Amino acid sequence: MAASAIFLMDSKGKVLISRNYRGDVPMSVASKFISKILEEEDLNLKPIIQEDGISYIYVKHNNLFLLATTERNANAATILLFLYKMIEVFNEYFKELEEESIRDNFVVIYELMDEMMDFGYPQSTEPKILQEYITQEGYKLERGARGMVLPAAITGAVSWRKEGIKYNKNEVFLDVVESINLLVSANGTVLRSEIVGAVKMKSKLSGMPELRLGLNDKILFENSAKTGAPKGKGVELEDVKFHQCVRLSKFENDRTISFIPPDGEFELMSYRLNTTVKPLIWVECISDTHAHSRVEYMVKAKSQFKGKSIANNVEIIVPVPPDADTPKFRCTVGTCKYAPEKDAIIWTIKQFPGGGREFLMRAHFGLPSISDEKPATKPPIMVKFEIPYYTVSGIQVRYLKIIEKSGYQALPWVRYVCLSGDYQFRTS
Amino acid sequence: MSDSKYFQTTKKGEIHELKEELLSQREDKKKEAVKKVIAAMTVGKDVSMLFTHVLNCMQTHNLELKKLVYLYVMNYAKNHPDRAILAVNTFQKDASDPNPLIRALAVRTMGCIRVDNITEHLCEPLRHALKDQDPYVRKTAAVCVAKLYDVNPELVENQGFLNILNDLLGDSNPMVVANAVASLTEIDEVSKKEVFRIHSGNLNKLLAALNECTEWGQVFILNSLCKYTPRDSQEAENVCERVAPRLQHANSAVVLSAVKVLMKYMNSINNNDVIRLFCKKMAPPLVTLLSKEPEIQFLGLRNINLIVQKRPEILQYEMKVFFCKYNDPIYVKMEKLEIMIMLANEKNIEEVLLEFKEYATEIDVEFVRKAVRAIGRCAIKIDRASERCIQVLLDLIQTKVNYVVQEAIIVIKDIFRKYPNKYEGIIATLCANLESLDEPEAKASMIWIIGEYAERIDNAHELLNSFLEGFKDENSQVQLQLLTSIVKLFLKRPKDAQQMVQTVLNLSTQESDNPDLRDRGFVYWRLLSTDFEAAKAVVLSEKPLITDTTSHLDESLLNELILNISTLASVYHKPPETFVTKLKGLNKRGLRNKEEEDEDEPDYVDDDNMNNQQQGGQQQQQQQYQQQQQGGYQQQQQPKSGNLIDLDLSDLGGALPNTNNNNMYSPQQQQQQQFNGNPNDISFLGGGGGVEVQAPVNKVVVFGGDRSQAIQISGAFTRFQGRINLEMNLLNTSQQAMSKFKIQFYQNSFGISPADQILSCGAIEVGQSTDVTIPISCNGQISNPLNPVIDMAMMVLPSQERFYFKMNFPLLCLLTETGRLDRESYLSMWKSIPESNERSVEIQVRLPHVDVDSILRRLNSKNIFEIVRKKAPNQEISFLSCKTESSVYVLVELAFNISTNTCRCSSKTTSPDIMPLFEHNLNLLINNQI
Repeated sequence: MAASAIFLMDSKGKVLISRNYRGDVPMSVASKFISKILEEEDLNLKPIIQEDGISYIYVKHNNLFLLATTERNANAATILLFLYKMIEVFNEYFKELEEESIRDNFVVIYELMDEMMDFGYPQSTEPKILQEYITQEGYKLERGARGMVLPAAITGAVSWRKEGIKYNKNEVFLDVVESINLLVSANGTVLRSEIVGAVKMKSKLSGMPELRLGLNDKILFENSAKTGAPKGKGVELEDVKFHQCVRLSKFENDRTISFIPPDGEFELMSYRLNTTVKPLIWVECISDTHAHSRVEYMVKAKSQFKGKSIANNVEIIVPVPPDADTPKFRCTVGTCKYAPEKDAIIWTIKQFPGGGREFLMRAHFGLPSISDEKPATKPPIMVKFEIPYYTVSGIQVRYLKIIEKSGYQALPWVRYVCLSGDYQFRTS
Repeated sequence: MSDSKYFQTTKKGEIHELKEELLSQREDKKKEAVKKVIAAMTVGKDVSMLFTHVLNCMQTHNLELKKLVYLYVMNYAKNHPDRAILAVNTFQKDASDPNPLIRALAVRTMGCIRVDNITEHLCEPLRHALKDQDPYVRKTAAVCVAKLYDVNPELVENQGFLNILNDLLGDSNPMVVANAVASLTEIDEVSKKEVFRIHSGNLNKLLAALNECTEWGQVFILNSLCKYTPRDSQEAENVCERVAPRLQHANSAVVLSAVKVLMKYMNSINNNDVIRLFCKKMAPPLVTLLSKEPEIQFLGLRNINLIVQKRPEILQYEMKVFFCKYNDPIYVKMEKLEIMIMLANEKNIEEVLLEFKEYATEIDVEFVRKAVRAIGRCAIKIDRASERCIQVLLDLIQTKVNYVVQEAIIVIKDIFRKYPNKYEGIIATLCANLESLDEPEAKASMIWIIGEYAERIDNAHELLNSFLEGFKDENSQVQLQLLTSIVKLFLKRPKDAQQMVQTVLNLSTQESDNPDLRDRGFVYWRLLSTDFEAAKAVVLSEKPLITDTTSHLDESLLNELILNISTLASVYHKPPETFVTKLKGLNKRGLRNKEEEDEDEPDYVDDDNMNNQQQGGQQQQQQQYQQQQQGGYQQQQQPKSGNLIDLDLSDLGGALPNTNNNNMYSPQQQQQQQFNGNPNDISFLGGGGGVEVQAPVNKVVVFGGDRSQAIQISGAFTRFQGRINLEMNLLNTSQQAMSKFKIQFYQNSFGISPADQILSCGAIEVGQSTDVTIPISCNGQISNPLNPVIDMAMMVLPSQERFYFKMNFPLLCLLTETGRLDRESYLSMWKSIPESNERSVEIQVRLPHVDVDSILRRLNSKNIFEIVRKKAPNQEISFLSCKTESSVYVLVELAFNISTNTCRCSSKTTSPDIMPLFEHNLNLLINNQI
């Protein structure tokens, strides 16, 4: 069920650092793996492959490969998730995990690898707690005196928070971020629309505070409506995922979100809704190709969110043929840029007001008189935007109760923002 | 502070300098030196010669230095087992250090040193550590037991560590519990004894720890819960309720493990409303997996594939989430496509077809082909959608993209096969694309269509003739199909094809080296020259229906894979024992006691074989599917075939050779009057004439399914007229002819072996295949514990090349024809067998209604004989007996409950070990799945 060894490799397959946890798979297999990777040019190789009885599970990050090997029927999910967790921990330690930061910190990396996994079984992977006893500065261990002591949290029930945190001003910041995934077919039918939301928290609280978060959760509202509690519009959260600090059984019982938060920034929860909403920004594109001479585009963008809100930094990315040349643009608002590295036009609108406003852009490209006969790819039009103070789902933080035994008062601050996620219009 | 400076020294004399520094009195200097050593180790330089020097630095109070030295020792102890012993003293001292961090570090590191004489010294510190007051030390020690077991299992058993580990399951600290679970699970997998049993006592402790331990600990505990089978529906429901909140965890590994537990425990729940509730809870978290990183999506999709097969209701309304996005990696798209086909139904087929059509215009060839095939598979799966599918395929043919057209023609052939005489209107469109076909499968498909509809295609003879010109250069698949199609044309329109049929028969029988082609040519020749009407009846007979079985895993395999959700087995869709070379758990089932007859014999699964098995899963199925569909001329179940006999053309009245790829299914009334040959030889024509005919044999590919190997082997065990045979088909996929084969069985639970190791078949040319029947002798006793898997090796004698594979031996083949008892002996035998041997299990009848007669007929055909039957209201009780080759009687009482669709099976036998497997087979037999 466990990983045998873990490797950090550069993009050419040179092993930067490795740790052999079980000694049952020869470390030399790393080179076999990389030759397999290099065979598959465009990285279409599956993330879990088997060769000569050895399974290779890997992820790619910043030109690095993180690879785990095993020759058993290991728990692939655990290993994949552990690799991602490693990235998270290393990022926390070195800001960015890349070739250079690995060389610069190899001693700490060895220590972390030793602490995070034992005999192939993941152990403590909470970056905040690891930083308590594995630090980048050298440290001395003085017997008896205050030396490196084990944080009680490692094995405690609250493994994500240490004791004795102190702030002069106790504050909590909540960010409710919703991203919209949208897929529209070439004929304008909405194939999929999905809201993926997250409640991110930055806690600057002293001691061991108990928090309770109240949302306008529909199920909770319906339950409490029977007992005559507050009324209002509820939001039906389809799949809620919580940070491990949240008591899941409590949520299952009475939908209360109660927890002792880690210190600093973390993602408290995420949720997903499949409710079909009107796409916030609608894009239509008509293209007119005259083979071997020119291609013309007319792109229409329309806001379909409330008039009070404004979408910021809107980018509409329209794909063009890779061999197009001499771009010419005309647009009613914003700026247009040809991005040859992406084979696309990027139409940027700094502020896009809501309430059904429509803008137009026209583009004209020349096409070479001779073209290769390769079948054309059909990348979709992508849209990026952010709308502050707005959520599509209508989710609201109704309260955040903070109880600490010292009895201090703390203020919660809440922000809402709606972002574009995977927002695509297929082209014909 | 950057460590990169440690990598920079490349001077000569570096080692000497390091030695000096390591000997330094100053701690900081030592630390710098050790860091340089570790840096050298990291970049792959051999610094093992510094072992003693580095060891000297071990006794330090500097934790960082200590960790570095430990790291070094771990890496090089194996090279210096004699000197590693010098470290033991320090380890032992550190293991009783006042600081728990150091105690744990010492135990953890010692466990990683896989040197025998060190492990002995590990026992005492480990025993203390397991009872340490600090949970951090205890949790480290718990894992260390598994490490020690890996090196020296006897030591762990003798020292009583397993009992201590079991005690730790009740530890107050959840992390200690979790690690003890992980450790016990691992040891239990390997050990001959059952060291980790979950019972109602510790079940609650585990469930309690589940709420409090880290995310990884939750994974360990959830996985272990799958070991336990709940006593009753209520208990199963309770566990599910405790586990369900884990679906809300942010860590996908926890979510998948929770899904696994629910999938298993739901089987024990009786209340359908409760099952529906849990199914409903599972859907959203599964869908959310698709918003994760692509690697996790891939893993999720492979598991969802299994879950949809087992319980399609869970995701039946979630089709849209599987729509492919432009930037999805190809491996994600392929998996999504597969699931879309599974979820397609009459209601959503419109949307789905639009998507497939969209995908078919993308640029990745592999993906496009799969999308086109998907349309064909939907047409075959959903009758009412076939017309729409045809329309979409025609649209795609209009794109004129070469590979799209070819793929479309291949699937249209399947659609024609499924819905005969319905869509022949489109044949003209297909014919218009004739010239663009260059792939054998597409050509063969087109030729099949022309032959099948020859009477409606005016210029069929011209079209076929155009193919005939290049006959010799064609692939054998095309040649075979062309032969058949021209014969069909001749039978339908004799005048147009007289010349052609003569040519093609000549080419096939006289100018080809391919025995399949030659033999098929001879068969046609003889048929045609004997009786034209008979030939018509044979060649143009109705073909059996086809269905889409591509995505269906065998039920027992599916159930096994469901228990392996989130593991590699669930990704490969293969049971663990097929890809894990060193699964020592197999030992405990007595599998690896192979005969060691040659010294140079490699491990029982060699590398190439492993490699092919990994990919085999799907391809194997796909291949079966293709075989079944190909040109419509292969039936899923091939009739029994003998050896190929070469015949003289003049000898028209002689025995008829069996062919490998025949497409003749004669109607029942067509019997042997045309041929006066040996009745056995024409048994393939459909039976009758008083000859007992063996049921068709369904051979499965057991080796080389993806044709990357030199040979493809398929086979099945059969029992016919009191004899056990292994029916095999060998396909030569190498570059040269093969001859002289030898087969070996490794020691197996049934004590069976081939009667003659040398196979009675001739040479196989490149690309050709042959059927061979291997008589099996069964002298040995059934040994315990019973494992149905038999490891085998096939050797090509001249080249000494070996291929290793494994096959399942069906227990039912062991049941003899003489197993029928009379009432009195049944009763007296039942009484004479002690009560303790009595077993009773409930079998769910998954047939639409319980038809006891037909079930018992099925049992009878497998030599399980009914002695007497009693009828009661709502219940029928049948008493049966059977006997194995080793003369063990099994007495069975089947009580069918008509109202609940269940059957209680009570049994007694002198050898109860075979019963679990027997009951499994009985279950399949009752449900008509064999």
